[in-house]
Order: sequence, then structure tokens, then C-alpha cells
Amino acid sequence: MIVPIVFLVICIVGSFFTGLPGGFLVNEMIVRLSRNLILVLSLLLPVITGLGLNFAITLGAMAGQIALIIITNFTIGGTNGLLLSLLLSTPFAIIFGFIVGKILNKATGKEMITSMVLGFFANGIYQLVFLLMAGTVFPIRNESLLLPSGVGIKNTVDLAGIKYSLDHLIPFDKIDLPFFQWLSEYPVCTFLFTLLIFILMGYFLKTKLGQDMRAVGQNVEVAAVSGINVEKTRVISVVISTVLAAWGQIIFLQNIGTMNTYGSHVQVGLFAVASLLVGGATVEKASWKEALIGTFLFHFLFVISPLAGQNLFGNAQIGEYFRVFIAYGVIGLALVLHAWEKDKAKITISDI
Amino acid sequence: MDLLQMKNISKNFAENRVLNDVSFSIKEGEVHGLVGENGAGKSTLMNILFGMPVIQSTGGYEGEIHINGKTFNPTSPDNAMDAGIGMVHQEFMLIPGFTITENIKLNREKTTPTFLSKIFGKRLEKLDLKSMAKDAKAALKKLDMDIDEYVPVAGLPVGYMQFIEIAREIDKTQLKLLILDEPTAVLTESEATRFLEVIKKLSNLGIAILFISHRLDEIKKITDSITIIRDGEVVKTINTDDIEINEIAGLMVGREIELSQKEKDERKIEDEDILDIKNLKVNMPGELVKGLNLTVKKGEILGIGGLAGQGKIGIANGIMGLYEASGTIIKQGKKLLLNNPKEALHSSIAFLSEDRRGVGLLLDHSIEFNIAFSSLEVQGKFLKKIGSLKLIDSKAVRKHALKMIEDLDIRCTGPKQNTRHLSGGNQQKVCIARALTLEPDLLLVSEPTRGIDIGAKNLVLDTLISLNKEFGVTIIITSSELGELRQISDRIAIIYDGKVAGILPPNASDVDFGLLMAGEDIEKVVD
Amino acid sequence: MKELINKVGFPRFIISVFLICLIMLAIYLKIPLSGLISDILVRFGMNAILVLAMIPGIQSGIGLNFNIPLGIIFGLIGALISIEFQLSGFTGLFVSIIIAVSLAIIAGYFYGKMLNKIKGDEMTVGNYVGYSIVSVMCIFWLVAPFTSPELIWAYGGNGLRVTVSLESSIAHVLNDFWHFYIGSVRIPTGLLLFFGFCAFIIWIYSRSSKGLSMIVAGSNPQFAISNGINVDKQRIKGTIISTVLAAIGIIIYSQAFGFLQLYNAPLYSAMPAAAAILIGGATLKKATIIHVLVGTVLFQSLLVVALPVVNIVAEGSMSEVIRTIVSNGIILYALTRKEGELA
Repeated sequence: MIVPIVFLVICIVGSFFTGLPGGFLVNEMIVRLSRNLILVLSLLLPVITGLGLNFAITLGAMAGQIALIIITNFTIGGTNGLLLSLLLSTPFAIIFGFIVGKILNKATGKEMITSMVLGFFANGIYQLVFLLMAGTVFPIRNESLLLPSGVGIKNTVDLAGIKYSLDHLIPFDKIDLPFFQWLSEYPVCTFLFTLLIFILMGYFLKTKLGQDMRAVGQNVEVAAVSGINVEKTRVISVVISTVLAAWGQIIFLQNIGTMNTYGSHVQVGLFAVASLLVGGATVEKASWKEALIGTFLFHFLFVISPLAGQNLFGNAQIGEYFRVFIAYGVIGLALVLHAWEKDKAKITISDI
Repeated sequence: MDLLQMKNISKNFAENRVLNDVSFSIKEGEVHGLVGENGAGKSTLMNILFGMPVIQSTGGYEGEIHINGKTFNPTSPDNAMDAGIGMVHQEFMLIPGFTITENIKLNREKTTPTFLSKIFGKRLEKLDLKSMAKDAKAALKKLDMDIDEYVPVAGLPVGYMQFIEIAREIDKTQLKLLILDEPTAVLTESEATRFLEVIKKLSNLGIAILFISHRLDEIKKITDSITIIRDGEVVKTINTDDIEINEIAGLMVGREIELSQKEKDERKIEDEDILDIKNLKVNMPGELVKGLNLTVKKGEILGIGGLAGQGKIGIANGIMGLYEASGTIIKQGKKLLLNNPKEALHSSIAFLSEDRRGVGLLLDHSIEFNIAFSSLEVQGKFLKKIGSLKLIDSKAVRKHALKMIEDLDIRCTGPKQNTRHLSGGNQQKVCIARALTLEPDLLLVSEPTRGIDIGAKNLVLDTLISLNKEFGVTIIITSSELGELRQISDRIAIIYDGKVAGILPPNASDVDFGLLMAGEDIEKVVD
Repeated sequence: MKELINKVGFPRFIISVFLICLIMLAIYLKIPLSGLISDILVRFGMNAILVLAMIPGIQSGIGLNFNIPLGIIFGLIGALISIEFQLSGFTGLFVSIIIAVSLAIIAGYFYGKMLNKIKGDEMTVGNYVGYSIVSVMCIFWLVAPFTSPELIWAYGGNGLRVTVSLESSIAHVLNDFWHFYIGSVRIPTGLLLFFGFCAFIIWIYSRSSKGLSMIVAGSNPQFAISNGINVDKQRIKGTIISTVLAAIGIIIYSQAFGFLQLYNAPLYSAMPAAAAILIGGATLKKATIIHVLVGTVLFQSLLVVALPVVNIVAEGSMSEVIRTIVSNGIILYALTRKEGELA
């Protein structure tokens, strides 16, 4: 419980130095929570299944972006575009998740580093496909997607067609009442969708499959002897994680409105993992509470640190680097503490 | 008709035949005892019956199993469970973070279908915790256990865990046969008494019990009939009433030792003690030594025997400083610094570990390097000086390795071959060569023939004898195989519960050995 | 055919075939080979010491040292200090190295201590500890008290420049030392000699009694303990040597490159080094100088040859993509091997 408290203190102290109005901070946090929560949530199942922090949700984010490129190619926007992209991303995510799961099963005990390297590797393949094959191997209809040379997808893809399509799915602004006008400013539907995912996750953990995952996560041997198919359960866990990450990335990008083709997915794993850990989760234990608290604290820090840096040290860049440090540092610290724990709980000679 | 019939079961692990033509049968409601030394083949037999993956992955088994007259060919634990076989393993198969209910119903959870499960399949059905708890409660009740079924297992007393395991098995409605592997080993006396009552009760319910134990008095008290196996073969199956404990003990250990009893006269065992161990405690998990006293005479071969888990393995590991130890060890008048492997090696003690591949060898290094390294590290041999640098002298290493390969007849493609792919016997010879290179005056040998085929076994033992005879090396040999201890030792200490239960001459009767190993008093045994 | 693949190892086989194809394509495209070979030699010399830094890590049992950035940071500090005092040429180079090495020893010691408490998770932890240190140092570069105009922004802006030119200090000192031409291939003698010197020291060390203790501690800790070796001490030793080599490595790299790269540049420096040694045939448990030589030559040749070829047939950033795929692919391959299997 100490980790979130420390970060809470940093956040509170830091927010004094930003001088930002409370209202602005609240609005900013609402937006950031709505677009990041599902990505963080996608990490829960692998932790519960004993795979540790799944840095390979990057592949899920890629699946989401592939779907977004497809709908942009066919210039399908609005709600239809959004639904279609969610739908299209799913089979990609399932396949990616399956591959990741299989590979992680071959690297038992080294899952985290493997999932991380896998993310980097997949990023290379992703670039290969979209830089070299788009426009040559895969025909692209929408020429505005292509680089001037006609080969490769552009660095930034405009997602204006689906911008806010989930956030503002319910047209509150059409209702001419102050309350609804006020409400229309906020991503209500995204929160509802996130809530739905939270509820489904809660339900899922109470199913047979969820129970199997907990069993596998706690003790692989016992699970296997009781007849649970350990490897398959682990793969399913990664698949679900990857699918959620794909959806999470689509929801993230519909809020941003533009996609950095070769950059948007790169830091997804890092930020999601850091958020979860800031919330007090460990490599072995995580729940929706840590996801929620952690996402809030981490992104709060993200918002305030440049300004706090500016006001404290007269240099905004210090704040920028500080928040990068927080992301890496909190993961490093969590991993060190986790490894440390394993060393404890041994009997000593005086017990005999 | 017999509930379970195992017919002519045989099993090989690579070159090793661990089960040979084993047959026995169990009737409904019968409590059947299965006894034998470590390595007699009990666990393998149970693994076959329970369909453990290790059997399939090592080439399956020969012979037939019948359940209620029908052929049964288990390929996974699931098969065994479906056939009504339950097993309580020696190590607890419980998930500490789960509640008692969750553990009892593990992978047999009660579920209720929901909207989502209709789309995505059965595994998404919701757990019915209430009805699971009801089942758990009922199972616990059969064992007269009164405990809150929502409590997590972590932190419960060990005795409770055992009962929870049994509750899990009897919760399986079709349970016909329950295998208990050393169930009372971890229980206190009162828990054990209660446990045995429960066994009787279960057998009255018509459940057959296969009871594996080293505690012969328990076996005698509770079983209806007994099968004794030794060296992978059935020695005898008999009604419990027709046999005495002494006789069981004898059959369990006895074997016709071709007492090729080495020409004892040639060897001189001096009166001088080479090692004097007082109140030794060793914190080796699973093999705790709990205040052991032992003296070793210079020039003798001392055997250390006893059942697995009683601490015999911990002794040598403690002397060598590989596991935390306390107490006093005096080697030739000098106190040995404990918990310091270097000190032990400098005191001219060498060690062949029971974990040959884990501790005894560098699997991905060459034979020659393996042989030379200890001496290089500890005694600074095989080094040449260039200025202030001390570099490895490859030529000397090669020359020495070639000699050792010839002397010990190590079968390999050459001194550069890595040790990983050598056979067990040849790996052991590399270890012996390494120890010899140290020229020790006291050699500790643990389980020297484990996993080695019979031909190579004798070679290894002969090498040890000749070491003792020709170079006067005192040897302490620890082994689970009493036969080999009796073959080469001058005295044999039997370890029970981390202490010496008694020291016997190699030609003492089988009964005496059997009883000492089962934890009977030395006075009682000698009577 | 199958025998050949088994003998050279699957990854090396694939990469060699790919490289040969690229070279043939380069010949076909009339790209001058002499230029490519000169480049390969320089890039080999630049990178080989960083790859060499992987050896003590693997040998002492901490696995691939993903915390190479730790050493790199101190290498950069060494170079910065020597520039601050306006040292140049060999004086600058050696002062940089001396400062870097002494700092790296201290840092390596403490990092080694930490690694001893987290046995089994060295790679994951090392990676993130490395990242954390790089990001802390980003703040340091901003506030560091350097005053030399070479180092800080000419006007406006805070702290050190993102890239510091070494033109007036140590750029190319080794590359130009005793260099000569064979045909039109330029041989950077000093650079290669320096690597040869470092490699020789590591080779001698791995044959000395102290080095052997370290190797044994890494390859089987339990065996080492039973032979009276203090495994923790050996691991610290390996970590220190690895960190020191990384510090020297980045100075050599920078003098050949002509610039010091600060801020986020050290972040991803571990992956290519780890990849190179694995391509050379090392495993997570065993590595030798041969692996460094083979791996660095193969990996750097691939990158050097790919660059102009790819520029002609495809997008420019493609060689970077190839680097990403190859380096992470080989690490992935190594991570999913079982113990005892060959790389």
C-alpha cells in the first residue's frame, strides 16, 4: 500500500507548484482516465495467470491500429467506423495473442523480458509491413494514407472520421438542457464502455475459466495435477489481454483523433505497466482497484510534472524527463522488490 | 471380483529397469499396504496407475491394468480420476491462496450456465460458490472435520492440509480407490491416530485404500493385506494377519548379497578417529539433520543409510558447508570451520554430491576441465605462471585427464567432450576423477549409483573400494540402497529423524536394518 | 545441408544467407565494395567493445547485461570531463577512459550487489534499472555544471547539447592512428588494435585462475559453491568488468562516430550488443571472444550492406527496421531455447 501513498504525496505536493486551476486538472484527468483505463485493465489477466506483466500488449495496440488503418483506407467514419474497427481488430488481436502466448509458454520463468523483447520484435515486423508492403503488396485505396512515394503508410494518420465517436456516442449536446450540455463535454460513453469491461472482468474472474487462471497463477504444478490444461489457460489469458489492448488502443486513439502510425503503440506497454504498478500492484497480484488508482496517479503526475518542473527548477524539460523517469523507475523498483521478496521466507538453523 | 488388478507391470527409464513384472490386486473396501525401500519402484508404480505425464514421456509401460475387470490404460491424471482413482501425494497439492472449498473443488467446480457461457462455452459458466461450499462441507464432515470452509489454506496446520486433500478425493463421487503416499509422514502422533481412524471409516464406506508407508507399525495396524516390493519386483503379497513386523522389515531390505566381502584383513582400520561429529544440525530442506553424533575411524568405509527425508543426505552436505550447519566437527584433532566449503576442501575432504548433474558437474564444459577444476581452484594445481599471471596449463590438464579417462575407463569421445551427454555411470566417473585429483584423505560419497545401470554400479563401487584399499582414503558413503552399503561398508549407520538410530555391522540381519530404518529403538532391535 | 545448418547454427545460417544475398545485390547494383568493406571495418571496431562487454556478464552468470547503459553513462561523463578541460587527441582519449573506468568500477560494484539480491531476474530488472538511470541522467545533463562552449547550447536552452561534436577533441584519434590503405579499402589500424588489446585482456583473464572461478560460478553456481567459490563475489566481478567495458566501449564508439550522444541515446544501446553476441553463437550461459568476433562482423556487415542496398530498392528507414527485427529476433530466439541447447 506504500507505493500509491508515496505517489499520492508526490502528486499533491507537485500540484501545489503547478498553479494549475483545479477545474482544469479534473477535466484533464477525466479525459485521461477514459482513454487509458482499458489499456491498463488489459494487463490484469496475465498477472493473475502468473505470467507477470505482459509488456507484449504492444501487439494488441498494433492490432487496434491495423483495424484503424483499414477503416481509414475505406474511409468509413463515425459510429460505424468505430464499431467496425473494434470488430476488425479482434481477429488480429486473437492471432497475435495466440502467438505471444505460445512463445511465452516456451520461455517459462522469463516471461516478462520475453514479452518485452517480443514487443520490440513485433514493432520491427509492423514497420516492415506498413513501410514496405503497404501500397505494393497490399493495395491502398485511400491515397491520403500513403507517403508521397506511393509506398508505405504516412507517419500520421488523421482519424477525424472517428474522433470522439465513442466519447460522444450519445448526443447529449442535442438536448437543450444545461445539465446535458455540461455532460456532453465529457466522454460519457467511453466511461460506460470501460465500466462494462470492468464488470465483465469481474464476472469473468468468477467463472470456471477465471478460477483456472487463478489456480495456474498460484501454483502451476497443482493446477496441472488437478487436470487443468496449464499451457492452454495461459494462452487464453494472453489472448484476452491482447484483445483488450487492441480495443483500448482504438478507444485511446478515437479520443486523440490522430494516429502516429509508427509511434502510438510503442510506449503502450510501458505506460500501462507503470500505471498498474503505481497503483500498488505487484508482478503477482493485481486487481481492478490498483488499475484504477494507478492510472489516476500516474497520469496526474504526467499532467503536472512539466509545469511543476518549470516552476520548481525553471525548466519544463526537467519535469518531462522526470515523468519518463517515473515510468521506468517505478517498473524497475517494482521488479527489484518482487525479486527481493522471493528471497525471504526460509527457515533458519535455529528452527531445527 | 477384484476392483483393481495390475498384471505384469514393467517399466524402464532409459537403460534402467525400475519395475519388473509386478502384479497385485485390491478388492473393494480393502486397505492394502505397499511397502518397500526408497527406489524399490513404489512411486513409479503409482505414477503409472495415476497416468502421470512422466510415464508417457519416458516411453509408457508394459503390462495390463484392469479396473472392475475392464482394461484401463491411463494416459493422463484425468483418465485416472474418471476411473475413480484418487491420490493424495506426498507433497501437498493444495493452492495456499485458495479457500478450503476452492481447493476441495479444484477443477471440479460447480457452475451455473449464464448468457455468456451459452455463447463462449462451458468454461465461462459462473462458479456456484454456495453449492461448492455445501459439497466441501459434506466431504469434510465425512472426515469428522469441523472447520470453516471459507478459510484460505495458507496458514492452516499441516495436519489439516492432509485432511483437506483427502476430503478433495472423497468429494469425487465416483471415488473407488484412494492412493495415499506416505500420508502420516508429516503428521503429529495424535493427528496420525485420528488419520488412521478416518482410513478405517473410508474403507467401511466401500472405498479401497492403497496405503504406502514406511511406518511398519501403521501398516501392520491398519491394512488388510500387504504387498512388499524390492528392486522393482514383488517379493510377497500376504494377509496382514499372517506376517509380523520383523518379517516385513526383513523382506523389505533383504537381498542375497554375494558377500564378495572384500578381503577385509588386508585393510587396516586404525583406532584413530578421522572425524568426530558432535550435535550436528543441518538446514537442508527435506533432509534436516537434527543434532547428530558420529565418529569415523581412519581408513574405514562407513555407510550411512536410512529412508528418504530422514536426514542422511544432509550430513555430507552439512560437513562440506553447502547447507547451513551448526555443531562441532573435529577432523584429526582440528576443529573444522562450518559453513565454509573452501575450509572443508582445504582440510582434505572431498565430496561426490548426490545431485550429480546439478552440483557435481559443469554440464557444458569439457571432461578435462571438470576433472581438473577443483584441484585448480582449491590447490592451485594445473596453473603456469607468466609474470604475476596464473594461467591454466592446458597441457597438464589434458595429460591428467587422459590418464584419468584410462584409469577409470571413462567412455567418451575424448577429453574435450562436454559432460552433459555422457551416460550416468560415466558422469559419475568424471566426478570421482575430480575428487581423486584433489587427493583427499576423507571422501564423502552421496548416492553414488543413483540412476546408473547395474553394470556401471559395480564399477563405481569397485573404484571406491580400491581407493580405500590402495590409497587409504577414508570413505563415508551415503546411499538409499542398503544392499550396496552392505556390500562395501565396514559399519553402517542408520539415520532416522535427523539422528543416528543405530550402527550395525554389514552382516547384521535384514530384520534389524528394517526396524532401525522404520524408527524402532536400537535397544529393541538388538534384543 | 542439414548438417551444415546444425554445424553453423540456425541463426547464423539464416543471417549469412541473407548477407550473401545482400552482397550479391550490392554488386549487381554496382555499389563499390571497397567502401562497404571500409565501413564494415570501422563499424566493427566501433561496436565490438560494447559487444565484448556482454562476455563477463554471461560468464559470471548474470546473463545478458541489459544494463549496459550504466557503463555508457560513465563513459560519456569521462568524455565530457576531458572536453571540459580542453584535452584532445590521445591525452583526451586516455583521460576520458581513466575517469570513465574509475566511475564505472564504483557503479558496477553497487549494481552487482543489487543483482545478487535478485538472482533469476537479472535481465528484466537490469533492463529497467538501465532505463531508469538513463532517464535520471537526462535530468543530470540538463543541470550539469559544464561550461565549455563545446558542450552547452550556444544560445538559449538549458544544459548540455543533445549531440556534442568531438571534432576538436578526440574524434577519429584511433581510426586515424597508423591507418593505411589496401587498394581503396581503408584500414583503421588504431581502432582494430585497441579492440584487439581489450579482447586479449578478456581472453587472458578467462584463462587465468581468477577468471576461471568466475566462469564456473556463472555456469553452475552450486558446483562453484561446492568448490569453495564465493559466487556472489564472482558475479560482482563480472558486473564490474562488463560495466567498465561498456564505459570504454562508448568512448571508442564516440571517437569513431565523431559525436557524443547524450540524453535518450543510451536507452536502446543494450539490444544491439546483446544481439550481436547471440548471433555470434553465444548462449545465455556461455560466451567467448569468437562469438564476439563472428557476431559483430555478421551483424555490422548486415547493417552496412543493407543500408545502401535498401536505399536503392526501398524506403530509407528500412535498414533500421532490419536492425530491429534481426536484433530482437535473435534475443527472442535465445530466450526461448532450453538449457543445454545450442544457439
